[in-house]
Amino acid sequence: MSDFDQELDARGLNCPLPILRAKKAINGLESGQVLRIIATDPGSVKDFEAFAKQTGNELMDSSESGGEFTFLMKKG
Amino acid sequence: MSEKKLAIIATKGTLDWAYPPFILSSTAAALGYEVMIFFTFYGLQLLKKDLNLKVSPLGNPGMPMPMGMDKWFPVLGTAIPGMESMMTMMMKNTMKKKGVASIEDLRELCIEAEVKLVACQMTVDLFDMDHSDFLDGLDFVGAASFFEFAGDADITLYI
Repeated sequence: MSDFDQELDARGLNCPLPILRAKKAINGLESGQVLRIIATDPGSVKDFEAFAKQTGNELMDSSESGGEFTFLMKKG
Repeated sequence: MSEKKLAIIATKGTLDWAYPPFILSSTAAALGYEVMIFFTFYGLQLLKKDLNLKVSPLGNPGMPMPMGMDKWFPVLGTAIPGMESMMTMMMKNTMKKKGVASIEDLRELCIEAEVKLVACQMTVDLFDMDHSDFLDGLDFVGAASFFEFAGDADITLYI
């Protein structure tokens, strides 16, 4: 598991809250810093890919374990 | 990255139909879009200070009912007094349980994200509504103002 600068617990939240909370958290980061997001919404897997593509942030890693999805997003 | 624009016309004032404009707008804003929602006719209910939105099973055969009620409940049963309040309460409870944001929260997130919320003045006149019943700081405008924004929008939706 790579390093991260901040963590966002988005467990139990449904669309579009994980994305909105992540956006807010990323706003508070410096360019190059990494946000780790933990979510339980299965839709968030594709949505964080789409979010990264459209916002210029980099989705460094996306993984699933026991119904929880973990994302590492580097601020662009 | 040049800013994209999303323009939405929101025409419906029920709890279920309140979701698409606010979900899409808040998400688009998070993706860097500049967003305007033009609320007209029943859509104006979504801008009231006190939201009292309901969902009705009446005339809505696609609505899943709890406990398999739709299997044995006659269509006319959905018109029974109190049905609307009951279904609204059940829907709100289900949404809370599933982590779906309330309309109040989504609307607040839209405002925070600087989504432009504009209200149709003609509707206000038509239904004798009072400006003071609506959120503070709204612009009350007409169709021309919508087109000023939507004229060069990348996406325009009628909801």
